[in-house]
Amino acid sequence: MYRSHVLVCGGTGCTSSNSAAIIEALEKEIEAKGLTDEVKVIKTGCFGLCALGPIMVVYPEGSFYSEVKVENIPEIVEEHLLKGRIVKHLLYEETTQTEDIKSINETNFYKKQKRVALRNCGVIDPENIEEYIAMDGYQALAKAVTEMSPEQVIDVVKDSGLRGRGGGGFPTGLKWSFTAKNAADQKYVVCNADEGDPGAFMDRSILEGDPHCVIEAMAICGYATGATEGYVYVRAEYPIAVGRLQKAIDDAREYGLLGKDIFGSGFDFDLHIRLGAGAFVCGEETALMTSIEGNRGEPRPRPPYPAVKGLFAKPTTENNVETFANIPQIILHGAEYFNTMGTEKSKGTKVFALGGKINNTGLVEIPMGTTLREVIEDIGGGIPNGKKFKAVQTGGPSGGCIPASLMDTAIDYDNLTALGCMIGSGGLIVMDEDNCMVDIAKFFLDFTVDESCGKCTPCRIGTKRMMEILEKITDGNGTLEDLDELESLANYIKENSLCGLGQTAPNPVLATLRFFRDEYIAHVVDKKCPAGVCKKLMSISIVADKCKGCTLCSRKCPVGAISGTVKNPHVIDPAKCIKCGVCIDTCKFGAIVKG
Amino acid sequence: MLKKISKMPFKGTPEQETKLQAVIAECKGDNSLLMHVMQQAQGIYGYLPIEVQKMIADGMGVPVEKVYGISTFYAQFALSPKGEYNISVCLGTACYVKGAQDLVDKLCEELKIDAGECTEDGKFSIEACRCIGACGLAPVLTVNDEVYGKLVADDIPGILAKYQA
Repeated sequence: MYRSHVLVCGGTGCTSSNSAAIIEALEKEIEAKGLTDEVKVIKTGCFGLCALGPIMVVYPEGSFYSEVKVENIPEIVEEHLLKGRIVKHLLYEETTQTEDIKSINETNFYKKQKRVALRNCGVIDPENIEEYIAMDGYQALAKAVTEMSPEQVIDVVKDSGLRGRGGGGFPTGLKWSFTAKNAADQKYVVCNADEGDPGAFMDRSILEGDPHCVIEAMAICGYATGATEGYVYVRAEYPIAVGRLQKAIDDAREYGLLGKDIFGSGFDFDLHIRLGAGAFVCGEETALMTSIEGNRGEPRPRPPYPAVKGLFAKPTTENNVETFANIPQIILHGAEYFNTMGTEKSKGTKVFALGGKINNTGLVEIPMGTTLREVIEDIGGGIPNGKKFKAVQTGGPSGGCIPASLMDTAIDYDNLTALGCMIGSGGLIVMDEDNCMVDIAKFFLDFTVDESCGKCTPCRIGTKRMMEILEKITDGNGTLEDLDELESLANYIKENSLCGLGQTAPNPVLATLRFFRDEYIAHVVDKKCPAGVCKKLMSISIVADKCKGCTLCSRKCPVGAISGTVKNPHVIDPAKCIKCGVCIDTCKFGAIVKG
Repeated sequence: MLKKISKMPFKGTPEQETKLQAVIAECKGDNSLLMHVMQQAQGIYGYLPIEVQKMIADGMGVPVEKVYGISTFYAQFALSPKGEYNISVCLGTACYVKGAQDLVDKLCEELKIDAGECTEDGKFSIEACRCIGACGLAPVLTVNDEVYGKLVADDIPGILAKYQA
């Protein structure tokens, strides 16, 4: 028994900010102080509050050290681990604001969360199968194969109300029942870990922090649908996740939790990993299967649906990582455990990746029905630098933007769809007054133009034409007719594209046109970019009253566009100015403005 | 997306070829492993010149057209060599809204090459990549395996200097 456990985040975010060196320093220091038998250091998966990484939590107290540096380690070991005195000045600031130091779970970021899919992330060592088993791991699989019939498993999943977490929102139990119905000599389970939405990273965090729960869920799905083989299709850009998943699969095989005759029930199931190679369209289920087969990842028309003819032309069930991560808990605790959380048609919890202009960037898991305001203000801690909140983008390149006026919307599948947005995979990118919504629409469209696989014409050519119109607008050559043209083209592409990529690609444009039409009009009619992002529409000038003539800006200007003499107001030559904005950042008197 | 195809002569070594042939021998007969072979080949050679694509096609018994089709479809496969230090700037949404484009512009200005290109001395290359999932550190770039987060354009010269020595 150890008297103290030190959990250090080994997720991608904290690893990038050097948590590996911290673990090394900790172990060295603990050994030097002779505490090896009393204190255990555990490298966990993602805690979620990535903005404050590297994160370190000491139990039993739950002391939450944030932004830890290697040079802090001797002090923490000496004071906290040896002498039992918490090093207050290194703790996460919020936990030290009250008389009693708050534990990690009492902070604003964590207390409103409800962790189902992420329950083990940041809690266990993902590379140790015994820690997963100690957290009731593989009990759900045991229960399913020894006590339940495949039909009963499907019924529990159906009753739980779980819907696909990858973006589609299709009822999971129903999906499983379709595959189960189709008799075949071979069926497959596929896990979609090709997390393509730039700005969403919950699937990666689950694979890094709790890989066994995905393996267990896939085996349960195999049992329920009659499949004996599974594939996990994961992005090659996630090396840590791939490594931990491979180790987890190897360990599960060694423990007899994968392979032949699992739990003596006669049920066989095994898993393989396939690496993606960077194609957004492969997040679409038929494209993903085409890619696993070793081809260009182009989608296939549906029907036939994968439940009839999927991977290698066999009946296949495909679910996303987060969907799978909910399954063991549902089987273990029953459908009611899950369907009592959430809203009428969206049950359970959802993981969101909070990013962009927000203080607490990171991963949060909340019950469906939580309002956007609670997520952004309470959990996310609001907008940094006193800027004004403008919009939140949901659903990545397939979603839309929700303006500040609709912040009290309760998050669920149907509410967001009604706003022309979608939950998608769960990326929530917060934008402030400095972000131009036309530019954001252009950013996403640029992404889909790039990622369109080229198989069907509406998507391949249509998105390109939309992009050209947007460029015309941000260059200052747009007309009001262009806005109508954009809308009609967008609707045509939505209706006529082959797969989900094209059918949702126009959403960012449509949503910004709906909620931020005034910004488009400013670009088109006034030839101005209100946020000052679109460079061709920007002019920078010096307010003579405020300028003290310090000459700093003229020295910093890379093209020598600013002239003036010491202690006299300076001026910018618009013909020379490249609108880089360096002068605005350097001016100490706020005398340089864009508009 | 159009890929830049290298005009540099192919300089593969016999050791590299032995390694590649070993991978092919392991995977031959299962065409679903074609992408895996190509990923391994890129690990061995650093990129996939047409000569390597031909070896893979011959070895796996598929038309070279298929290998070429896959290599141009997926962003991960490079048809031109990368620099000794490959700088990859994340242009995912979270990084973009926090100014990642400024980082790319600054890099291009400092190294006098465009994104997707390699400097003449083969030292640096710049690429724009999709989300690497380190959104908490946005904006982010990586130099080979080294990650730099929470950057502003003015940090770029300092980072480059570390590798220029």
